[in-house]
Amino acid sequence: MADAALFEFLHTEMVAELWAHDPDPSPGVSAGPRGGEMGGRKGQKTSLSVLKGMGFRVGQALGERLPRETLAFREELDILKFLCKDLWVAVFQKQMDSLRTNHQGTYVLQDNSFPLLVRMASGLQYLEEAPKFLAFTCGLLRGTLSTLGIKSLVTASVAALPACKFQVVIQKA
Amino acid sequence: MSRPAHRRPEYHKINKDLFVLTYGALVAQLCKDYEKDEDVNKYLDTMGYGIGTRLIEDFLARSCVRRCHSYSEIADIIAQVAFKMYLGITPSVTCNNASRNEFSLILDKNPLAEFVEELPAGRSSLCYSNLLCGIIRGALEMVHLAADVTFLKDRLKGDSVTEIGITFLKKLDEKKYRRKK
Repeated sequence: MADAALFEFLHTEMVAELWAHDPDPSPGVSAGPRGGEMGGRKGQKTSLSVLKGMGFRVGQALGERLPRETLAFREELDILKFLCKDLWVAVFQKQMDSLRTNHQGTYVLQDNSFPLLVRMASGLQYLEEAPKFLAFTCGLLRGTLSTLGIKSLVTASVAALPACKFQVVIQKA
Repeated sequence: MSRPAHRRPEYHKINKDLFVLTYGALVAQLCKDYEKDEDVNKYLDTMGYGIGTRLIEDFLARSCVRRCHSYSEIADIIAQVAFKMYLGITPSVTCNNASRNEFSLILDKNPLAEFVEELPAGRSSLCYSNLLCGIIRGALEMVHLAADVTFLKDRLKGDSVTEIGITFLKKLDEKKYRRKK
């Protein structure tokens, strides 16, 4: 779908640009969080949180646009199933491949062929780069859950591209 | 489930919204990082350029357009095929000069600004949708066409329409095409 392609291109460009270090901040540019001096770990962490923050805002907004009937869930598990099926299909044109839970507030969502990773080489190459491509989506999940009334922490891990796992830990108030 | 999830029409809208909302979040983030509108505009154009250089392949694969013999044909394809394909709208095209290398795409509706009512306070020179200019410029460059692409008018700035100006900078080699006839 062409619309999906546009989002993918934008996402890839965002990951690439938000990581680029400014060689020398020009006079017109205010010292952003990605200045050259701040490269390395600190810069990376900032960029990851910027991407997560953006994903969160988008997830919140998407959550508000969901069809009404989906908002009247009975159980937490229903909501997670909704994320795995309906939301994932709406956003990535496929369902999540598996959902596991310990029934104590932790859920692991597995996507064996995550579209935002598929363009990268498969296997173990670029494993280091993978987190950058997952940050936005982690934020997206957290943001949608937030609109559905659930506070959570979402992290992602990759064992071998393009498969990845999203871990959702529900935060009790 | 009684109906397969992917057939629900609401999901098509969500997918479209995803791009527009992400773009909005990006512009908001850039406004945080850069004080001057010109810097945000430039950054959006640069990012758009990067996207355009890769989008062109996707476009050519999906559209099977034939080789163009004039700038006017190219402008039409951008408006009627590319915009339609990626953004679901068809801007109208006008030619602005006698040498037929300056064109305008007039957007009745700008999908990128669907959720934006007005520019943020203190951001009166922000070209909100400047990504589009970069995309067009980058894509054209990949097919060996140099062009200047800018926003001439913007509804968000109070103009009556949103207008993108494309100025082709190098003449196509006319002799090359005549020989093929």
